[in-house]
Amino acid sequence: MSELIYLLAAVLFILSIRGLSAPKSARLGNFLGIAGMMLAIVTALALIPSERLLPIISALTTGAIIGIVSGQKVRMTALPQMIAAFNGLGGLAAVFLAAGEVAAAGTHYFASSIGLVIGALAFSGSMVAFAKLEGIISGKALSFPFQHTLNLLLFALTAVLFFGFAFLHSEWMFWLLTATALLLGLLLVLPIGGADMPIVISVLNSYSGWAAVSIGFMLNQTLMIITGTIVGASGAILAFVMTKAMNSSLIHIMLGGAARLRQTDKAAEAEKGTARSGSPEDAAFIMENAEKIIIVPGYGMAVARAQHVLKEMADLLRQKYHAEVRFAIHPVAGRMPGHMNVLLAEANVSYDEIFEMEDINRAFSDTDVAYVIGANDITNPIAKTDTSSPIYGMPVLDVAAAKTVFFVKRSLSSGYSGVDNPLFYNENTIMLYGDAKAVTEAVVKELEK
Amino acid sequence: MIELLIIFVLAAFIGYFVVWGVTPALYSPLMSVSNAISGVIILGAIGVAGKADSLFVEICGLLAVVFAAVNIFGGFAVSARMLAMFKRKEKKQ
Repeated sequence: MSELIYLLAAVLFILSIRGLSAPKSARLGNFLGIAGMMLAIVTALALIPSERLLPIISALTTGAIIGIVSGQKVRMTALPQMIAAFNGLGGLAAVFLAAGEVAAAGTHYFASSIGLVIGALAFSGSMVAFAKLEGIISGKALSFPFQHTLNLLLFALTAVLFFGFAFLHSEWMFWLLTATALLLGLLLVLPIGGADMPIVISVLNSYSGWAAVSIGFMLNQTLMIITGTIVGASGAILAFVMTKAMNSSLIHIMLGGAARLRQTDKAAEAEKGTARSGSPEDAAFIMENAEKIIIVPGYGMAVARAQHVLKEMADLLRQKYHAEVRFAIHPVAGRMPGHMNVLLAEANVSYDEIFEMEDINRAFSDTDVAYVIGANDITNPIAKTDTSSPIYGMPVLDVAAAKTVFFVKRSLSSGYSGVDNPLFYNENTIMLYGDAKAVTEAVVKELEK
Repeated sequence: MIELLIIFVLAAFIGYFVVWGVTPALYSPLMSVSNAISGVIILGAIGVAGKADSLFVEICGLLAVVFAAVNIFGGFAVSARMLAMFKRKEKKQ
C-alpha cells in the first residue's frame, strides 16, 4: 500500500516539474509538488510505531516552521542565497542520514558513502555560496597558493577514504571521509566568483539530487531514487545551459578563479579612450523621441532594486511616447538561473515583453535605444573578437548595434570578468553614472514632465 | 538491486525530457521546486529515527528530519512566492 502511495507521489513530482513548462500552469505545478510531498510524509509517518512519533513530528514541525518563516520573510533580492542555504541543509540532512544508517544497520556501505560524500559537498559548497552571495565573505574570485595541488590531494584522499570505508567499514574512516568531503566542498566553491554563481548554484542543486539517489539505493527506496534523479538531471541541465551561455565548462569554472584574476591585471593595462557621460535629462530626451527601446538588465539592477522604477519607465515610454519597449535577458544575468525574470515579474513586467537572448539579439540593429542597467560583461563585444580575452566566445547581447546605448553604471570599472568594455568609449554610447535606481528615477521624473 | 537500477535509468530519461521542457523564464522557480522535492530524503530520515535502537542513531535521524523539513517547506514557500508574481501579471493582461 505504502509503495503505491509513493508511486503516486512520484507521479505528482514529475507533473510538478512539468507544470513549470509555462507560467500559466506553474502554480498548479507547485501545488502538485506540495501535495505529493505531504502524501509521502504522512505515509512515512504512518509506518512508524505510534509511541515513537512524538519526537519525529516535533522535529518535522520545527523544520517546517523555520523553512516557511524564512521562505516568507526573505527579500526578493536575497533569493539566490536563500535557495543556496536550503540546498545546503538538504545536503546536511543526507550526511546525518548516512551517519545514522551506517551506525544503525551497518549495511549498504557503498551507497551510504556516496550519499555522505555528495551530501557533504552540497552542504559545505552551498554554505560558501550562501556566504558569498550574502556578502559575508568576498564575492570575488579568491585564489591561494597551491590551490589546485591542494584540491587534487584532497580529492585523492577523499577517494581513498571512500573506498577504504566502503570495503573496510572502520568508523574512523567514516568521520575522516565526512571531514575531507566537507573541506573539499568548501575549497571547490571558495575560488569561484560572483558571476559564475548561477552555475555553482545549479551544480549544488544537482548534488542534492544525486545525494537523494544514493540514499534511495541505501534504503531501498524507489521514490527517493526517482525524485533524486529528476532533481539531479534538473541541476545538471541548468548547469549545462549556464556554462553554454558563458562559453565555459565546469572544469574551467572550478579552476577558473586563479586564471581569471591573472587576466584582470592585463586588461587593466589596456589603453582607454574617453567615455561620454550624460545626464538623466539627456537620456529622457533621447528616449522620448525613440520608437524602439530595449532594456538590458543585469545584476546591478538587482543590487539597486531598480526593477520597479524600470517598469515605471517602460510604461511611461509606452503610454506617453508610444515607443515599443522590450526587455532582453542574457541567460547568466544575475546570480541564479532565471534571476532577472523573477525580479521583473516582481515588478509586474508582463512576460511577453521579456525576451531571451537568442530571440531578441537580431532586433538591436533595428533599435533606437538600448538601456543597459547594471550589466556589463554580457554586452561586451570583445567576447566576439578578442581571442585572448577570458570571456572570448561567450555569447553576448548585441547592444552596440542600437543607435544609442545608455549604460547605467556606478563607474567605468570593468565587470566581474575584469575585462574592460570598449563599448563605453563608442561614440554612440552615453554613460549614466550613478546608482541604477536613482538614475532611472531621475529619468522617469524627466519623462513625466 | 537491478530493479532499482532500472528505475534509476528510466527516471533519468523522464527527468531529462521534463526539465528541458521548462521555460527559461521559470528557471529560478525550477531550482526552488526541485530543491524542495530533493528533501524527499525526509522519508528515510523518518524511518531511521522511528526505528532507531540507539540514542546516537535517533539523534542523527531527527536532525536529518529537521534539515530536510527546512529544505522542503522553505523550497515550496519560496517557489510559491515567486510563482505568485508570475501569476499576478497574467491577470492584469
